[in-house]
Amino acid sequence: MSSTVETEHHAPAPAEPVRDGIWRRPLKNTGLVGFLTTVDHKKIGIGYALGALFFLLLGGIEALIIRAQLMYPEQELISARTYNQLFTMHGTTMIFLAVMPLSAAFFNYIMPLQIGARDVAFPRMNALGLWCFLLGGVILNLSWFFPGGAPAIGWFAYAPLTDRQYSPEMGTDFWIMGLQILGIASLVGAFNFITTIVNMRAPGLSMMRLPLFTWMTLITSFLIILAFPAITIALVELMFDRHFGTYFFNVEGGGKPILWQHLFWIFGHPEVYILILPAMGIISEILPVFSRKPLFGYPLIVFSGAVIGFLGFAVWSHHMFTTGLGVVATTAFAFLTMLIAIPTGVKIFNWIGTMWGGRIRFTTPMLFSVGFIWMFMMGGFTGIMHSSPPVDAQQQDTYFVVAHFHYVLIGGSIFALFAGMYYWFPKVSGRLMDDFVGKIVFYLMFIGFNLAFFPMHILGMTGMPRRTHTYKSEMGWDQSNFWSTVGAFILGIGILIFVIQMVYAFYKGGKAPKDPWDSRTLEWDTDSPPKEYNFAYTPVIHARDQVWEDKYGVEAKRMEKIAPGKHGIHMPDQSWWPLITSIGIFIACLGMVFHKQPVPLTAEAVFGLEIVIAGLVATFIGMAAWALEGPGGFHLHPDPAEYAGATPAPEDEHGHH
Amino acid sequence: MSSHAATTDDPHAALEPLKKTSTGIENKKLAMWAFLASDCMFFGTLISTHLIYRKVYPTVVEPTEFFDIELTGFSSFILLMSSLLMALSVSAAHKGNIAGMRRFLLGTIFFGLIFLSGQVYEFNHFVKDAGLTLSSSVFGSTFYLLTGTHGVHVALGVLWLSCWTACSLPKDWAWYTLRGGRFLWLPFRVIFAPMVGRYKHENALDVEVAGLYWHFVDIVWIVIFTAVYLVEYLPILGF
Repeated sequence: MSSTVETEHHAPAPAEPVRDGIWRRPLKNTGLVGFLTTVDHKKIGIGYALGALFFLLLGGIEALIIRAQLMYPEQELISARTYNQLFTMHGTTMIFLAVMPLSAAFFNYIMPLQIGARDVAFPRMNALGLWCFLLGGVILNLSWFFPGGAPAIGWFAYAPLTDRQYSPEMGTDFWIMGLQILGIASLVGAFNFITTIVNMRAPGLSMMRLPLFTWMTLITSFLIILAFPAITIALVELMFDRHFGTYFFNVEGGGKPILWQHLFWIFGHPEVYILILPAMGIISEILPVFSRKPLFGYPLIVFSGAVIGFLGFAVWSHHMFTTGLGVVATTAFAFLTMLIAIPTGVKIFNWIGTMWGGRIRFTTPMLFSVGFIWMFMMGGFTGIMHSSPPVDAQQQDTYFVVAHFHYVLIGGSIFALFAGMYYWFPKVSGRLMDDFVGKIVFYLMFIGFNLAFFPMHILGMTGMPRRTHTYKSEMGWDQSNFWSTVGAFILGIGILIFVIQMVYAFYKGGKAPKDPWDSRTLEWDTDSPPKEYNFAYTPVIHARDQVWEDKYGVEAKRMEKIAPGKHGIHMPDQSWWPLITSIGIFIACLGMVFHKQPVPLTAEAVFGLEIVIAGLVATFIGMAAWALEGPGGFHLHPDPAEYAGATPAPEDEHGHH
Repeated sequence: MSSHAATTDDPHAALEPLKKTSTGIENKKLAMWAFLASDCMFFGTLISTHLIYRKVYPTVVEPTEFFDIELTGFSSFILLMSSLLMALSVSAAHKGNIAGMRRFLLGTIFFGLIFLSGQVYEFNHFVKDAGLTLSSSVFGSTFYLLTGTHGVHVALGVLWLSCWTACSLPKDWAWYTLRGGRFLWLPFRVIFAPMVGRYKHENALDVEVAGLYWHFVDIVWIVIFTAVYLVEYLPILGF
């Protein structure tokens, strides 16, 4: 195409968009409608974060009830069954509804900013992920309100306990369908992030210039798309066992419960890297900023992350050493498990190397990051102990394992996610959080966490079993359990103060400048909070730590800016259909829970597959209307002052939408 | 330039702007490849489940007693040929030959439906004559879930391609689709009518992406047909 005369096509978007679906597209981007129809990755990220924090508190309360029950020997604060429900819901909630979505919140909000993109590749699909996450959490927790209550099967849901025979209540069905819908949320998110990172980088931002957090988002997304199918199919098989009389895991008809363990852990082990790799990405962003040094060994950290992700698929059976896999399999899995210590160790040495000789500022995010390195190492060491099958045989199902994975998940993931929240809060809200209060939160969490979980190592060594609702005083476990409970409450108080501090800072915190931490990556080059269009200009990248180079680097490495064309910045339109599609999926999942099950009030099984079919039809209509509506779009015209000094756009610049 | 492209008659010009990404691959295509990687794992899990139980219980069910390999072989051949028609649809779409694309899409859909009818007939035959149900044995459970999941994939593909066929109809067909097309079930008419006349040259990419899915589902069938049907005949052939 030659440079032709402009047509009406390029005129600014009309105030009223063309009617292009069943109804007019929502235009209001504030208030409830604005939130329910949003396709803005920043609002969606905030939605993920608020949902995840709510579920973090819910799962935390469940944990505190568990600890209160274990505070003294032979207590009957809660029944054994309630205890089982609580540890099931605590584990499921923390993994699928707290840590994963909190990571997803950062993927959504930070990653597009770090690569200089206007949004993710598929903004409406992103909204679908958010709604599926929230509705999945709703389905899971609805189980409390139905006869039989919440599932009591553990987050691992080992067969044959999950058979209709042993778990007749609907709690297990709520768990199955809740996880399915959460799987959809994770999968659509991951397809979107992969496409965004691979395809929508700013000019000059080669893969080896990507910020580490974006790299870890990419690797985590690959883990999600390759690991989730295993549990999706396992859950479908379990659902068929429970509802349609198949024998996948049902011993009566020849099913092998061990198959569930394999399928679950083929998903479950990559899942633990899905929880920790984003955390490692956050740490790799924060340490260089507060050490005032570039990340030490950047390519090695990227490569180690990829190796961890790759090996993550080859070690699932170390969760099953005591099931009798045979010598060869056990040896191979033990070897591969030990191998993972190498890339992990490489990362830790690189983080230490980053701090080494740096002018370190111990701000709250930095304290959490340093705490992460130490606590994650502790969890890593016990992990290496488990990788030896004879040692594992001693530790299986004891509190030693509980101590191990809480060190990597709280001391690891949660500390890093808190570091991330303190670090990026000024960017997201435009407000500063008080550093002194932040440090109090850190020390409360750090002390509480260690007091709660360190004694569990000793409890486990002396044989205290997991998943048991009480213990005898003669076992000598009283003291450790008492202090562990005290520690858990201190940890809880720390998190509570954090939430209060965050709410306070949101309303009353001091105004945050663009770059309050003297940071290094692209998200700090735009406003706090960023405008709807993220960047008023197209950044052209010349260095890995671009914003740092702009401030302190040589002229040749400074960022160039390209001004938007005369038609402004193209933005995607809002849409109702992601929400409607997710509600269709939600109805179908609820219908599956109630399939041939007693319905409250009538206490009779009244529903076959009617609700499921209705839900699927709603889903199809949602998707068809979504496709018919198209991405839409309008143009925004930023204030020219925002892109002062930018090169004018080349004639055919604003090409891709 | 892109906005001009949407109104031009040149299909290549309409598709060019979509390639302005960091890699030169269109976003939708990349996302579809990621989805197919994921789908590999879905089918991998199902196929492993089936094969593991075949190994654990080699003699409980003798599938060759009720398998109709001629029929399944024929419908497999039809499904593979549908891939040829799909490729021709994509080629026509890229050349801007909308009528040709529609004809090839209808052919693909027709072949897909033949395959699905074969599967319905086969399931019916297995349940009624061989007594193989979801809960007759583990073989029944794994067989129906695996081949059924594949059937659902084909059915979704047929639905997807039908949507694009409807989109590619000339605009004045909308009324006919809604009112006159008595041979179609009313809900279908209601769904397809708003799609009529929507096809633009840039949608060639969407047809191509649907084609990627269609070819993938066919390739998976080659694996399933081999692992579930053909290997059962190895002992009979003396291997």
